[in-house]
Amino acid sequence: MPDRGENSIEVEGLERKFKNGPLAVAGIDLRVEPGQIYGFLGPNGAGKSTTVHMLTTLLPPTGGRARVAGHDVVDEGPAVRAAIGAALQEAALDPHLTAREHMRLQTALHGLPRAERIERGDALIERVGLADAADRRVSGYSGGMKRRLDLALALVHGPRVLFLDEPTTGLDPQSRAALWDEVARLARDEGVTVFLTTQYLEEADHLAERVGIIDDGKIVAEGTPAQLKAEIGRPSVEAEPARPEETGRVQAVLERFGEAVPCQDGTVAVRLDEGMDQLTDIVRALDGDSLRVANLELHAPSLDDVFLEKTGRHLEGAGDERGTAEHELAEART
Amino acid sequence: MSAASVALAGTPLPTQVRSLAGRAVVRTLRQPAMIVPSLVFPLFLLAVNSAGLDAATEIPGFPTDSYLTFVLAFPFVQGALFATMNTGQALAEDIENGFFNRLALTPMRGSALIAGQLGGLVVIGLIQATVYLGVGLAAGAELAAGPLGVPVLFALSILISIGFGGIGMFMAIRTGSGETVQGTFPLLFVVLFFSSISLPLDLLQQDWFRAIATANPVSYLIEGIRSLLIDGWDLGALALAFGIALALIAISITIASLSLRNRMVRT
Repeated sequence: MPDRGENSIEVEGLERKFKNGPLAVAGIDLRVEPGQIYGFLGPNGAGKSTTVHMLTTLLPPTGGRARVAGHDVVDEGPAVRAAIGAALQEAALDPHLTAREHMRLQTALHGLPRAERIERGDALIERVGLADAADRRVSGYSGGMKRRLDLALALVHGPRVLFLDEPTTGLDPQSRAALWDEVARLARDEGVTVFLTTQYLEEADHLAERVGIIDDGKIVAEGTPAQLKAEIGRPSVEAEPARPEETGRVQAVLERFGEAVPCQDGTVAVRLDEGMDQLTDIVRALDGDSLRVANLELHAPSLDDVFLEKTGRHLEGAGDERGTAEHELAEART
Repeated sequence: MSAASVALAGTPLPTQVRSLAGRAVVRTLRQPAMIVPSLVFPLFLLAVNSAGLDAATEIPGFPTDSYLTFVLAFPFVQGALFATMNTGQALAEDIENGFFNRLALTPMRGSALIAGQLGGLVVIGLIQATVYLGVGLAAGAELAAGPLGVPVLFALSILISIGFGGIGMFMAIRTGSGETVQGTFPLLFVVLFFSSISLPLDLLQQDWFRAIATANPVSYLIEGIRSLLIDGWDLGALALAFGIALALIAISITIASLSLRNRMVRT
């Protein structure tokens, strides 16, 4: 097992301002312990990819400092790149090459001795379950196969820190679960530190030992998923009035039991003051006022509630009004 | 040596270049849409020109009685223009799909990326030159310089391809867009036609056309190739053609390298 002591990520006041553009990353602080899986959660355009590009040395920060695997990302770029692997947004593959040819190129560029290149490439292809497709061109691969090859390519030089930028976006549940298993195995069995960006709550909840929630370039919450949910503490109740004209009255009844929270159109919701024991009282109160509901749901606190609490918006769709980081990066280079 | 220290040291430059050139050749050969037009269109235009303009050999002062031999220089330069587009498009595709970032995260040197792309271009250029010359000779064209002229013709042809390929790389690196690279192809084609491609400079009738063609460096690249086909060993024409090709390489590779430094902004 590699030395876990040097696998950390330390970020202080990291900032990136684009030319004539917004402060895409507005002075973030975070620390990822060796061997930890850190989930960086946020909507599109929140600054996740820009952060990853800075931490992987592909984009110079305009402020702050960051050390990855013990090396400064600005002053020691080559040493950082030698210690990290990265699978960035969209599988970065040549559609005209096979998996084996990708491995040959990647192992050669990383300087593996000639004798080890084939062995290492074949072992990684086998590990990600692509042995049967190793000599087929990547253009014929499914999205899940491309992601798995992308991950394997990020591992050819035995990186101590792995950056995965939205690795499961667009994948079917089965492919997503397979990738989660492999990422978890890397951290558990090989001590690899994983920095994973995602816009999926479930992914952060399932995989990450620690989560940072980013919005508008700022980290708005950080901790273990359990800690973050405990901060919110209380469950919420969401009711869908059976008759839309009674929405206001249903809302008034619910607000006797807690504070209103934003919810989907056509429903009303409150965060309960005293926990889930109040549910029976709510049903009685609605019945007492002759109000009928088509649906009544009790929600345990989720990371989305954390996001909602910190930003006033739900995570799903929160980034729709903003451009993506890739777009911002493209603009910065023109 | 640990895996990380191996990665930090990286591979020697020649190995990087060889690996990237190998990839450039494989990916090009696997795309018939990139190879076939660069072989077929120049030969098609060669056939059309040599059949349709044969009467030009009757013009007093025309340097040969075979228009096919005269116009055989055309596919070599047109093939180089295709190289511009193919090389540029391949690199633009890498930038667009993120493969460029994957390469940038390895210890790959920028010079290896450029040399690798151009190495692939040399292989494709050799295939093109062999086909053009083979078809031309089979159709009755002459090579006045004889067998020794073949390697010189190929060398000049490949240098021209590298020079234009550098322009394609520059455009790809600068814009990161395959469409933009493709969009410049007609412009380069216009540059080719405003040259001595159809008639010798001294036989061009229109003053304005002759002035443009005389100022157009492409005319001298064409005349270098043509001298081997028609005259044998015209050292002046060859020196001028090789000089212009080398100057084109120096300029295009320099601007491509400078753009690459800006594009590959890794710290």
